[in-house]
Amino acid sequence: MQTFLQFILNALSLGSIYALMALGLVIVFGILRLVNFAYGELIMVAGYAWFALQGPGWPWVLLAVGAVIAAGVVSVLTERVAFRPVRSDSLNAMLVTSFAVSTLLQNSALLLVSPRARAVEVPSVLNNSIEFGGLRLGVNDLVTIVVCGAVLLALGALLRRTTLGIALRAAADDFRMLRLLGVRADKVIATAFAISGVLAGVVGVLWITRIGAVTPTVGAAPLLIALIAVVVGGMNGLAGSIVGGYLLGTLTVGLQLFLPQEVLAFRDAFIFAVVIIVLVLRPQGLVKGRYSAERVA
Amino acid sequence: MNHLHGIVRSNRSMLLFLGLFALIAVATQLSGVPLMQRIVTVMMINLILVLGLQVFMGNSGFLSFVHIGFMGIGAYTSALLAMPVRAKSAALPTLYPFLADIQLPFLPAVLLAALVAALVAAIFGYPLMRLSESAAAIASFAMLVIIHVVLSQWSAVTNGPRTLFGVLRYTDLMTAAMWALVIIAVAYLFKRSTLGLKLRASRDNIHAAYSLGINVVVVRWIAFVISAAICGLAGALWAHFITSFAPGAFYLAQTFVVLTMLIVGGPRTVSGAVVGVLAVTAVHEGLRHVENTLNTSGSLPFQVVGLTEVLLAAALIVMLAVRPGGLIQSGEAGSPKARTVPPQQSAHVAAEEAS
Repeated sequence: MQTFLQFILNALSLGSIYALMALGLVIVFGILRLVNFAYGELIMVAGYAWFALQGPGWPWVLLAVGAVIAAGVVSVLTERVAFRPVRSDSLNAMLVTSFAVSTLLQNSALLLVSPRARAVEVPSVLNNSIEFGGLRLGVNDLVTIVVCGAVLLALGALLRRTTLGIALRAAADDFRMLRLLGVRADKVIATAFAISGVLAGVVGVLWITRIGAVTPTVGAAPLLIALIAVVVGGMNGLAGSIVGGYLLGTLTVGLQLFLPQEVLAFRDAFIFAVVIIVLVLRPQGLVKGRYSAERVA
Repeated sequence: MNHLHGIVRSNRSMLLFLGLFALIAVATQLSGVPLMQRIVTVMMINLILVLGLQVFMGNSGFLSFVHIGFMGIGAYTSALLAMPVRAKSAALPTLYPFLADIQLPFLPAVLLAALVAALVAAIFGYPLMRLSESAAAIASFAMLVIIHVVLSQWSAVTNGPRTLFGVLRYTDLMTAAMWALVIIAVAYLFKRSTLGLKLRASRDNIHAAYSLGINVVVVRWIAFVISAAICGLAGALWAHFITSFAPGAFYLAQTFVVLTMLIVGGPRTVSGAVVGVLAVTAVHEGLRHVENTLNTSGSLPFQVVGLTEVLLAAALIVMLAVRPGGLIQSGEAGSPKARTVPPQQSAHVAAEEAS
């Protein structure tokens, strides 16, 4: 029983961070049908922003806010500079653009900072753990669960209660209809990228403080995780990506626990095989989204 | 005589590039500068890769990330088959006996490498051909990750993530150039074949293609397998040129270089792919030279790393924004009737733009 509860707690913590990752990716995908390969680099940007701000000994809440803002700003910039000009071209042009943006950001970090890992100062309280009833829960896990829950609730409120949020959801269903109703496409898409960037920032802060260091390739793993969660959960709705995130978190913790060591090395291959199988057998994912029109730009 | 004239006329673009590349190869060989020979050899191999990708991507309109994985499969297959038995037992002590005891000459090893890559593509690629555009791109990306994980974890065969040493050096400038010429011809002939025509029909309007009785999935699949074989061949040639390599060589960095070459040149035309390889190689080597000069001169207090990639990526972004169809968008360079049909947009987007 205790092992089981511990398993649930770990899965919940990892799952909520995966859910945020997936959400950031799907909010752009929903509107543009673009898999933003540069999404992982936004997480990297948040990490380097934290690293750059940590010198003067500011309170770490300030560092976190700074990192989140940095990721959001870079996300909006990439939309304005790179994605907007190719939006009306083929889907391939957009995908290759995102690949190029990813390479550009990653190598900029190589060029401007260093190829080597940079250590980030983590508030020491995060490394403590709380024990109750024989269960161990790291403070960072607790923070992750609480922060992710708060962000999910806030995002839900934004999408349901505000005009902009309703426009965003409508854009994911039928973008052309939305434009016919007089909503500016540029504004909606920029907002989607801003939200995506902010989510990447939050994920970045949580992820970097877990690892304790930031490297130019730190975004690769979160990108792959988000991609899997989105495909498995369902690409046509926000709910699907959250389900996919929690599912993948549970699966990862479970495989870590039960798979023998020599098979564990191939874990990623298994998970990506699941991705292909889902794409082939159930392209809409586990959670079927609502009606969704074909891609328009 | 008249007949010959007709052949020349209808293949002018192909003959132009065959001649150009033969000339480049011979001139570089005669120049005797080792650095140039090295650069041109790698360029010839990259040309084969890019043409392999063009055969599938250009004609089907599908974006594929997995082809560098086929290059990796080709490289490891050929390296294992052609390695001397003693070197093999030293480098890979736990290799399966049936692989450990054979040593094939260069040509059969390379051809078998292409065959193995094609087989993998044929088995695992078929379901992918049924997918829609964005799902296919994600699935091909997933397949690249799978191949990478297997290559870097299958220690008995690939030495795991570590470098595999002791591959024999067979590929030189002239071998690479000869294969490049063969593949240029293959790419042109494929484009003109019935199969290529059917594939392009499915790219431009899938519903019309179905209504004409084209089995879109099968046509796509055949092209995918052919292009995988070409990439496997390129991998094999590369393995016997570099002689020691690790699975990391067949992943996102190389994918980026090859995609850049194809997209900058123009994926829809063979001449575009060829021109893209020439242009990107020139820029890439130039930038790398600048980077190296900066680093060795010691004029800067730090090492410059990644400048080449940053500028190349920026160039790609600008290129996509300004000229999304690539340098040669449609109509092969040098062919008598170069038509200028704008790259087709999906119908609803066109309607959108018009409104």
